Amino acid sequence: MSYSDKIKKTYLEQLEQIRNAGIFKEERFIHSTQAADIKVEFPTGSSLKTVINMCANNYLGLSSHPEVVKAAHDGLESRGYGMSSVRFICGTQDIHRELENKVTEFLGTEDTILFPSCMDANAGVFEAVLSNEDIMISDRLVHASIIDGIRLCSAQHDTFKHSNMQHLESKLQLHSDKRIKLVITDGVYSMDGDTAKLDEMVELCEKYDALLFVDDSHASGFIGKTGRGTHEKYGVMGKIDIITTTFGKALGGASGGCVSGRKELVELCRQKARPYLFSNTIAPVVVSGVLKVLDILSESTERRDKLEKNTTYWRKGLTDAGFVLKEGDSPIVPVMLFNAKLSQDISKDLYNEGIYAIGFFFPVVPNGQARIRTQISAGHEIHHLDKALDAFIKVGKKYGILGLTKQEIIQKYGL
Amino acid sequence: MKDIILQYVIEEYLEDDDEEITYDTPLISGGFVDSFSMVSLKVFLETRFKISLPDDKATPEAFDSVNNIVNLVNEFIE
Repeated sequence: MSYSDKIKKTYLEQLEQIRNAGIFKEERFIHSTQAADIKVEFPTGSSLKTVINMCANNYLGLSSHPEVVKAAHDGLESRGYGMSSVRFICGTQDIHRELENKVTEFLGTEDTILFPSCMDANAGVFEAVLSNEDIMISDRLVHASIIDGIRLCSAQHDTFKHSNMQHLESKLQLHSDKRIKLVITDGVYSMDGDTAKLDEMVELCEKYDALLFVDDSHASGFIGKTGRGTHEKYGVMGKIDIITTTFGKALGGASGGCVSGRKELVELCRQKARPYLFSNTIAPVVVSGVLKVLDILSESTERRDKLEKNTTYWRKGLTDAGFVLKEGDSPIVPVMLFNAKLSQDISKDLYNEGIYAIGFFFPVVPNGQARIRTQISAGHEIHHLDKALDAFIKVGKKYGILGLTKQEIIQKYGL
Repeated sequence: MKDIILQYVIEEYLEDDDEEITYDTPLISGGFVDSFSMVSLKVFLETRFKISLPDDKATPEAFDSVNNIVNLVNEFIE
């Protein structure tokens, strides 16, 4: 087939539409390891600028931790670079099973299966454990990968208003005739930083005989007193039927994910989940790194405790300065600006001040809820946070938004 | 019919701090209803008005305002 001018034009028009909608994504090249201080080339071709990273998922600061890097090196030496096979042919090493067992112990579940990513775990899990006699009832703000997984599954689906337990209960009543009801939620919501009310959800699921699924990608390693996740925070460890999570954020930040939960459901994933069956699993070098991460986290809560302190400090600093924040206590701290252009202008000005923080707007977040999403890390020191606060205050003053309420910001800049 | 549908949309989709909506408010392109959550609306229309909406007719465009939805339902009511 020829890539004709007509076909090319079709694609160029699509790209133009994305640009015109103001949602064209440009990558910024980082010339250093992932850390609190990074060297960035942006725009492409410009000289390198050292900035403070306020938007990484590197919550525990382990992405470039020397012990993790060393463990990865050792794993590379002892188990090689790749497996050249899917798991069930000849792609399973002893360390894959070791990691599955360690994750099971860490999350307090019955069994675990690794996937190339949490995106793959979410894409594969629903179709593996549900059929068209069943119903999936998901929170309306769940992550895009869950939405893709739901779309790939033959079970029926419905949604409930974000974190609205009354609405969830009405849906559980509405679908009481289905064979299996699976309630689906994120543990921590990545755009708002709020946590799912897992204690109430467990109660509802028990009342209506439903299963509960939690994607804890923005929680594993640091939410809860010993960092086991949102289920630890809400005192419901052992009561979540399916947990999916990633190793690409707090747990070393490289790649990989898993499904962890009831033994039979995990076994069904091993037999039926297509991303598990038809792609290679996590490379040995990454498995070795994650094993070390779990050792570090099991020995001490020092890093998650530091993250908690940093988060409290950052939230208080922004609140005292007069910014409007989304309520919550997770290290995802959204600074609300409501107007899309304002979020982009402020992000650009912050970058000029040496602070790397990204503005999000519709359709990534609901219309009229544009924001700068900041993410705190145990890799941040107080001097990083102070410098970032000074920059936020300087830029906030420039735009005259400090001390304004939501309504006043909207009045000033529109939606 | 208009008011029944409007009332359902308000109760099913709007959050407490959302603006008020009218028969013409763009629901999907306006960000009130995401296309993924349209399934509840489709099931409601089919049950309430005893119709069957083919998937190729239940498009985001056809569901984008209460007025559009009324037109769609009228097409299928016997």
